[in-house]
Amino acid sequence: MGPTSPAALLAPVISVRGLVNRFGDQTVHDGLDLDVLPGEILGVVGGSGSGKSVLMRSIIGLQVPAEGRIEVFGREVSGIDATENKELTRQWGILFQGGALFSGLTVAENVLVPLREYFNLSEGLMAEIASYKIAMVGLPAEAGPKYPSELSGGMKKRAALARSLALDPKLLFLDEPTAGLDPIAADGFDTLIRTLAETMQLTVFLITHDLDTLHAICDRVAVIADKKIIAVDTVSALAKLDHPWMQEYFNGPRGRAAAATAKQDGGRAAAATAKQDGGRAAAATAKQDGDRAAAAPPGLAKTHETGPESS
Amino acid sequence: MSAAPATTSVTLTREGNQISLTGRLTISRAEALEQDLAAALDAIEGPVTLDILAVERMDTVGAWLVHRLLRDRPGSTLEGASADAVRLLAEVKAADVPCIMRPESRPFFRRELERLGAYMFEFFNTIGASLAFIGITLIAAGRALVSRRGFRWNSVFIQMEQTGVNALGIIGLMSFLVGIVIAQQGAVQLRQFGADVFVINLVGRATFRELGILLTAIMVAGRSASAFAAQIGAMKLAEEVDAMRTIGLDPVEVLVLPRVIALMLMMPLLAFFASVLAVIGGGLFTWISLDIPPATFVQRIREVVPMSDFWIGLSKAPAFGLVIAVIGCFQGFQVSGNAESVGYRTTLAVVQSIFLVIVLDAFFAVFYTQLGFD
Ligand SMILES: Nc1ncnc2c1ncn2[C@@H]1O[C@H](COP(=O)(O)OP(=O)(O)O)[C@@H](O)[C@H]1O
Ligand SMILES: [Mg+2]
Repeated sequence: MGPTSPAALLAPVISVRGLVNRFGDQTVHDGLDLDVLPGEILGVVGGSGSGKSVLMRSIIGLQVPAEGRIEVFGREVSGIDATENKELTRQWGILFQGGALFSGLTVAENVLVPLREYFNLSEGLMAEIASYKIAMVGLPAEAGPKYPSELSGGMKKRAALARSLALDPKLLFLDEPTAGLDPIAADGFDTLIRTLAETMQLTVFLITHDLDTLHAICDRVAVIADKKIIAVDTVSALAKLDHPWMQEYFNGPRGRAAAATAKQDGGRAAAATAKQDGGRAAAATAKQDGDRAAAAPPGLAKTHETGPESS
Repeated sequence: MSAAPATTSVTLTREGNQISLTGRLTISRAEALEQDLAAALDAIEGPVTLDILAVERMDTVGAWLVHRLLRDRPGSTLEGASADAVRLLAEVKAADVPCIMRPESRPFFRRELERLGAYMFEFFNTIGASLAFIGITLIAAGRALVSRRGFRWNSVFIQMEQTGVNALGIIGLMSFLVGIVIAQQGAVQLRQFGADVFVINLVGRATFRELGILLTAIMVAGRSASAFAAQIGAMKLAEEVDAMRTIGLDPVEVLVLPRVIALMLMMPLLAFFASVLAVIGGGLFTWISLDIPPATFVQRIREVVPMSDFWIGLSKAPAFGLVIAVIGCFQGFQVSGNAESVGYRTTLAVVQSIFLVIVLDAFFAVFYTQLGFD
């Protein structure tokens, strides 16, 4: 993550330096550093309670850190009230772990809230935008006029995603988006994120426990353990690192299964994505280990081609 | 579609039936773009050729506008779309499923009629349901009495602290001030008859029999009925109440009984405390303003306030406590759906419990007078 590495051409979208978060006596983060590069999908993993959500809340200004410096789009956010900075809030979309839909509004009205707040579009266009966002995240049209209390857990997640996508943000924060979804829905979710990220050059900060998601769509993965980011790299590279938690995580039964699936899908997915995001993935990886990724053909920097078994 | 110089807006040019777009097709430009497109389309008959070769950046809103144009003008063609633009357009096209924004609303007359019906239903239903709730609470109390586990005294004590001990400050201050006001207003009137000294009768009898308990009940209704409704309501929203049931805990026993018992125990104590402070306030006023020394004041109070006043006042307290706690908890259990409902039910809890306390107080007044205490 050194700022002097050869491929550090692009200024990071999010830059966290020396972050310290405390709750009473409990220190959640202790000198945490992290860079998120433009156009990458960064997965964030770590055990339950390791401070992933708190990290996200710090970055978006909801949690005032004890120490440290956080910049988003080159602007310092540490300690500012998120609502004070309309320019920032306009550019990011956030999916909270619990959904956090407004319970007094219908799903469609929830999606309309940010549109109304920032733009002066015609009612017709806004309704159309809300409709296609709702359809995009895989909700049936009947869900639009329903209230959050009338939805299932997975539907709430999707509705919340639709709201976070309402403004077509450049930066998307997702806190465990696929938790609580059935596998088919989770796959659809992965594909949607990937497509949106690729076609609109989104930067995505993705907290997840879903190993399939990690393999399928993340350019890089950051691992939180011991109150720090202990590694940021591609899934395959991380799986080779000699850290007990990571070994168990990536090479446990579930990790292996996910890696195997990813490998099977590899050819197809690679064909589809290599052309699109080859350069981007390479740029992202290059920051970590410039030489290796630069030497490899762009597509090969992706995870599925170089699973742990193949090396 | 990447590192082109930033332009501030999207521009539209029309030649014949060809529309060319330049710049950024994004949500921040959508307002102007929608109008420009509509104007350009008005001037064109039939199919359109849309050229987006010079578009630097497109988001889903831009893609939607393009898609809408192509959809609404059959036979129209798109030129100069990059691979990303094509993918984005495909995404948007696949998601072209109109949905309605809010539940269908009925015509005015029918809607108002429906509301009236719903209101009447709700009104009578609430009466029935709250009577049933009292029954359920009594059954739970009976069960707790005979069960080996007994009451949850831990919760009871916590509630006693929150509803009673923590209310001492505000109730004390309020009663003290009311005592002063009664003495002061009484003195002004009684002075006209040269009967200043009867201020002591007024303060003593009014506070111990009526005002001490009534003011306390109103304050407690405002503090605790609202708290009960909001606490239980929030738990209901978070499905905590359902979780309790599935674990085999009876929510009425766990949530309602401790609150009811705590309030029934605390109300007499609070009422006594309030009466004493009101008397102190009145005494202070008579001392300063009428030069009646405290010793005389206390002696007069003992002479003019019959013990029955004191007992009548205190006898009402547990009944008021019961009403306040039951209404607060009942409204909490009526919460459903959303955060607004918590607010609505909390308001109802306060309004209804204050109203019922006053009705009950009037009933007690008539009752005790008929019994011959006056
Ligand atoms: N508001 C809070 N007050 C006190 N402790 C908190 C708060 N929010 C989070 N924590 C603690 O911080 C740690 C990290 O929480 P979190 O970031 O939510 O974990 P996760 O990585 O599972 O998302 C946990 O130990 C949690 O108990
Ligand atoms: Mg979390």
